[in-house]
Amino acid sequence: MPEQIESDGADGNGGGVQIDMISSGRMDGMTSMEKIRLILDGVRDGKVVILESGLSPEEESKLIEVTMTEISPDGFSGIEIESYPKESANPGILDRLFGDDDSKMTVIGPANQIETLHKDSELISAVVSAR
Amino acid sequence: MGILTEIKDSISQTVNGIFADEGTARIGIYGPPNAGKTTLANRIARDWTGEAMGAESQIPHETRRAHRKEDVTIERDGNSVTLDIVDTPGVTTKVDYQEFVDFGMEEDDAVERSREATEGVAEAMHWLKEDIDGVIYVLDSSLDPFTQVNTMLTGIIESRDLPVLIIANKVDLGDASPGRIKQAFPQHETVPISGQEGDNVDELYEKIAEEFG
Repeated sequence: MPEQIESDGADGNGGGVQIDMISSGRMDGMTSMEKIRLILDGVRDGKVVILESGLSPEEESKLIEVTMTEISPDGFSGIEIESYPKESANPGILDRLFGDDDSKMTVIGPANQIETLHKDSELISAVVSAR
Repeated sequence: MGILTEIKDSISQTVNGIFADEGTARIGIYGPPNAGKTTLANRIARDWTGEAMGAESQIPHETRRAHRKEDVTIERDGNSVTLDIVDTPGVTTKVDYQEFVDFGMEEDDAVERSREATEGVAEAMHWLKEDIDGVIYVLDSSLDPFTQVNTMLTGIIESRDLPVLIIANKVDLGDASPGRIKQAFPQHETVPISGQEGDNVDELYEKIAEEFG
């Protein structure tokens, strides 16, 4: 069974920020839209979602599109998302076939609660604030 | 004629053949908001057709619809290429109307601009998915290129095997660092330019003719 570890919630739980860490096993069984819904529903609730294995480029493209349709002036202003840049300059055909270039741990949260302080090919440093 | 030149010509003819089947190649100008995409699109369009493409502004998301300039013929050192240039809205994962208010806009106008901006981002992604044959990816070389939007967009472009030129724009700014952009995207050709001042655009046209011709 895939792991899902949850800390204190964002609302009514001591003012903390809930973090959902989602295993690659759980994501593997989901369709692209199910993954995107899982991410956006969590983030819209003020959670920070950490994906063990990240999204494919196609799914990232769809995530941007769906996020744009859900932004509203009086509430949701979008997402902050971070993963490491790709190490492989030109992934070979085997990498693409087996999806090796998709396996980047990815952190996603509400744009108004996460601020990236620093990012390079080896380090992501961010600050998360409660709503 | 050297063997490398022959191979290059052969590849070029093949690419031209692919593009020719579906009409003129459409080259999308992509990048984050305020990287200078429309300024560059206007520079290219003015230089080769005499007409600009769209309005430029310091306020982000001035371009909220994709604009296509058809049949732009660029000639350089014996290479000639005819392209449709598509200026696209800046891609981002967040849009907050408050940002526009901070630029001095009235709240109602800021909300409307925010709504149109989100539609524009979705439209840019649709173009990339369906209708773009090559990409000119524009970055502000005075800013950190290691952002997630850049990582994601270049990943999406690479996954579609589209030819891409990276533009390190705004090299006229004091804190510009085009070397940092080259370092961030070593897998692609990077051309340092100033779309605003016209610095190094000759090299840009040479690379466009080579890459997309």
